[in-house]
Amino acid sequence: MYHKRGIWAIKAKHGGVFPRHEPKEAPPKPAEKPPKYYPADDVRHPIPNHRKHKPTKLRASITPGTVLILLAGRFMGKRVVFLKQLPSGLLLVTGPFKINGVPLRRVNQAYVIATSTKVDISAVSAEKFDDKYFTKEKKKKKNKGESEFFETEKEETKALPQEKKDDQKAVDTPLIKAIEAVSDLKAYLGARFSLRAGMKPHELVF
Amino acid sequence: MPFKRYVEIGRVALVNYGKDYGRLVVIVDVVDQNRALVDAPNIVRGQMNFKRLSLTDIKIDIPRLPKKKTLIAAMEAADVQNKWENSSWGRKLIVQKRRAALNDFDRFKVMLARIKRGGAIQQELAKLKKQNTS
Repeated sequence: MYHKRGIWAIKAKHGGVFPRHEPKEAPPKPAEKPPKYYPADDVRHPIPNHRKHKPTKLRASITPGTVLILLAGRFMGKRVVFLKQLPSGLLLVTGPFKINGVPLRRVNQAYVIATSTKVDISAVSAEKFDDKYFTKEKKKKKNKGESEFFETEKEETKALPQEKKDDQKAVDTPLIKAIEAVSDLKAYLGARFSLRAGMKPHELVF
Repeated sequence: MPFKRYVEIGRVALVNYGKDYGRLVVIVDVVDQNRALVDAPNIVRGQMNFKRLSLTDIKIDIPRLPKKKTLIAAMEAADVQNKWENSSWGRKLIVQKRRAALNDFDRFKVMLARIKRGGAIQQELAKLKKQNTS
């Protein structure tokens, strides 16, 4: 191994001695006080995990402005416009609401078919939306007394806050203008997708 | 029912199986009972089993084993491509290809067009019915 690594040649170059660097000046460590208390048994320390998630790799066919077909959930079959990918990896999507009833919503890439139809999305700014915008608000826990235990809890009807409605409108108005510029696109987005007789999904071009 | 399409030198055939599926080729020689030597402008001349060929009505005038140049010239002279595209078989294949390449949006537009056409036909029919009964 000594000969294979060529140590003899390096030594010969440096006059018979293998070159050594002086150790770098380490920054002075502050003086540690000895701990007041030593636990009797060994304490288990969790192994530090510094891994950070990257957002899910976006399929090449999904670009801002692509029309997507939702495959699952309440809006199954609806054709929606893709806005951007959120930091969590989910896709931000909008109907637009006036056209097909799909609001600004998050959707997983796996439950989506990307069509090759694109809408011009340059007039829309989706910068302010991120995952925090869509998290559910935490319900305050009520202390249950004896009487309340036997009563059925009345669901507090949650009205949609006005600012969310305004956000929806702000995103949708330029989008609807771009959609109406293309003939039949508005009706297309308003219709649901379904398989008919003779349609073979693996042979369809989307 | 006599045969109308014969395997002969110059017979244009459609490949119905294999790597060259859907291509028009010309039978340039017969190897034996089952195979023919086949050639086309964009492929290397090679043998093909008759089972992989569907004979067409088109026949061109070539000597046995022509050079590629003469083959291409003969195909141009007989106008094979246009004859094929205007034949009902050729037109059907073109329509099939176009339908297979339709986008989801295109399929939606086709559906709207069919409904519109059906509506127009029904209107005319209603008019004619009215004329008949009156």
